[in-house]
Amino acid sequence: MNTAMIQVRGLRKTYHTGDVDVHALRGVDLEVQRGEFLAVMGPSGSGKSTLFHILGGLAPPTDGHVFVDGLDLRALTESERTEMRQRKIGFVFQKYNLLPTLTARDNIALAQALGKRKSWPEGFNEILDLLGIKQRLRHKPRAMSGGEQQRVAIARALVNQPAILLADEPTGNLDTENSDLVLNLLRDLNKRTGQTILMITHNPEAAAFADRMVTMRDGRILTSDS
Amino acid sequence: MINKLVLENLKHRWVRTLLSALVVGVQVMSILTLIGLSRGMLQDSANRTKGTGADIVLRPDTGHGTLSFSSGQVKESFVPYVAKLPHVRQAVGVLTQAVELITSMNGVNFDEFQKISGGLRFLSGGPPQGPDDLLVDEAYARQHRLHVGQTVKLLNHDWHLVGIVQGGMLARFIVPLTTLQDLTSNSKRVSQILVKLDNPSLADREVAEFNEKLKGNLQAISMADFLSLFNINNIPQLKAFIAVITALAVVVGFLVVFLSMYTAVVERTREIGILKALGAKPWTVVDILVREAVVLALIGCALGIVLTIIAKAAILAIAPASLPVTDAPDWWPIAAAIALGGALLGAIYPGLKAARQDAIEALSYE
Ligand SMILES: Nc1ncnc2c1ncn2[C@@H]1O[C@H](COP(=O)(O)OP(=O)(O)OP(=O)(O)O)[C@@H](O)[C@H]1O
Ligand SMILES: [Mg+2]
Repeated sequence: MNTAMIQVRGLRKTYHTGDVDVHALRGVDLEVQRGEFLAVMGPSGSGKSTLFHILGGLAPPTDGHVFVDGLDLRALTESERTEMRQRKIGFVFQKYNLLPTLTARDNIALAQALGKRKSWPEGFNEILDLLGIKQRLRHKPRAMSGGEQQRVAIARALVNQPAILLADEPTGNLDTENSDLVLNLLRDLNKRTGQTILMITHNPEAAAFADRMVTMRDGRILTSDS
Repeated sequence: MINKLVLENLKHRWVRTLLSALVVGVQVMSILTLIGLSRGMLQDSANRTKGTGADIVLRPDTGHGTLSFSSGQVKESFVPYVAKLPHVRQAVGVLTQAVELITSMNGVNFDEFQKISGGLRFLSGGPPQGPDDLLVDEAYARQHRLHVGQTVKLLNHDWHLVGIVQGGMLARFIVPLTTLQDLTSNSKRVSQILVKLDNPSLADREVAEFNEKLKGNLQAISMADFLSLFNINNIPQLKAFIAVITALAVVVGFLVVFLSMYTAVVERTREIGILKALGAKPWTVVDILVREAVVLALIGCALGIVLTIIAKAAILAIAPASLPVTDAPDWWPIAAAIALGGALLGAIYPGLKAARQDAIEALSYE
């Protein structure tokens, strides 16, 4: 076994909705090394989010091999996948997915509590500063702009210092300035702490921050260039 | 942090929270008020018997210890027999008949009764002379605005109200024994015989003696023991009634919490998905819902106790005579346990439904 953080071979995912089968993934092959920063691009509906959900242990694969940090996801039980999410994965959702009844601070604290962490990791204060949400911590998602919610979601994904960060369009709702801030932060974390980062984006400029970029189309990975 | 989420969730839908808690509270109130009323009424009856000043009560020997309120089972001819026994100063037969829901009427030979009790205290009017003369106690007279000289219809009979007495002795209505016997087809019968001894300290010894002599006919019981019989546990019908109301409270509490939690789970499908995506185990999700149900039940209990206090004040203001209520703080934890039990039952199904929910499907739920 080699040291790749993520190894995917022949991954298929089929959603059954009503009597139609949606083949979201039709045989994905992908390898991501430890400490790599990978950008994933591709048109809407090509299966990018679906791939991330599977890598994050949120949805089971239909077929194929998926190894994350040496764990065979198909062999894991539901509760083992939950544990993996707690311990290894930070997820930034395309739709933020903050809890509406909690303030930004409590949203972050809840993720921390579920990850069984007691306090903010070193440097987290600076991350909040950098994300420009320090003044917004006492607000509930309802009172925040889309971009602010997105940055809180990023902070939440980072609070447990996950080995792997899966970021689904983390800059989708940010202006260029904030977008650059976030991308610089991710690249910095990647370089300094060796965090493995996978990021979905529609923006080639954002993708340029990554070490490598892949493109998806119709449930497959098309090109892979370094 | 979980607790904070629980509180924020409850706060977020505070109208639902409050309404659910209120329904639980009403259930708690019905239990507590029922207990308070039962006890109040029993205590009231006990005090009335005690108030007569009798040392020993003779009742039909039924062979078991339960309290029976049915009328006329003792032959009146026992009264003169008992009166002649040694150490007996006075014996008087009392016939009891329920008049309204829980208010009763006593028929007594008034002159004999005056000797045992040291005399009723008249606030207005005087002792009965004719067969249709009626005495009413003060609380009832006040509640129904009765005054001496009035005609009062009770038991389908027109009575002439001749006196208003201070309460706490015998029933609220006192009439001549023979009239009540005729009215209720209990000719030559009484419900119990009250006995006054020469020396009250002989009560226990005399009880034993009486029981020896009257075995199979009458059962003697000292006033102290008699009072302890006035207990919910000694009245099977009342116990059954309380059990039914309690069961009803559990069922309603269950349904209301079930509904509340069920809608919460459906409405929060997405949030539950988020929790799971963040690494919450199914049990954590159940835990959150159970805590919400517990908080609902606790708020419900607090509301219930407040409502009980209000209900008691209202009952005492409206009907002090017919519905004596006492507080039953020793039942607060029991009522709380009942509410909690119902709430926990109600949280089970929604909790399991939430625990089973697929995180990703929940996240795509709009
Ligand atoms: N839970 C689901 N049930 C059924 N079909 C789904 C589900 N999630 C995704 N799909 C379908 O799978 C396909 C891939 O969806 P996915 O969300 O992975 O695309 P995407 O590349 O992330 O698109 P976008 O750029 O718009 O976010 C789409 O056709 C989508 O409709
Ligand atoms: Mg997507």
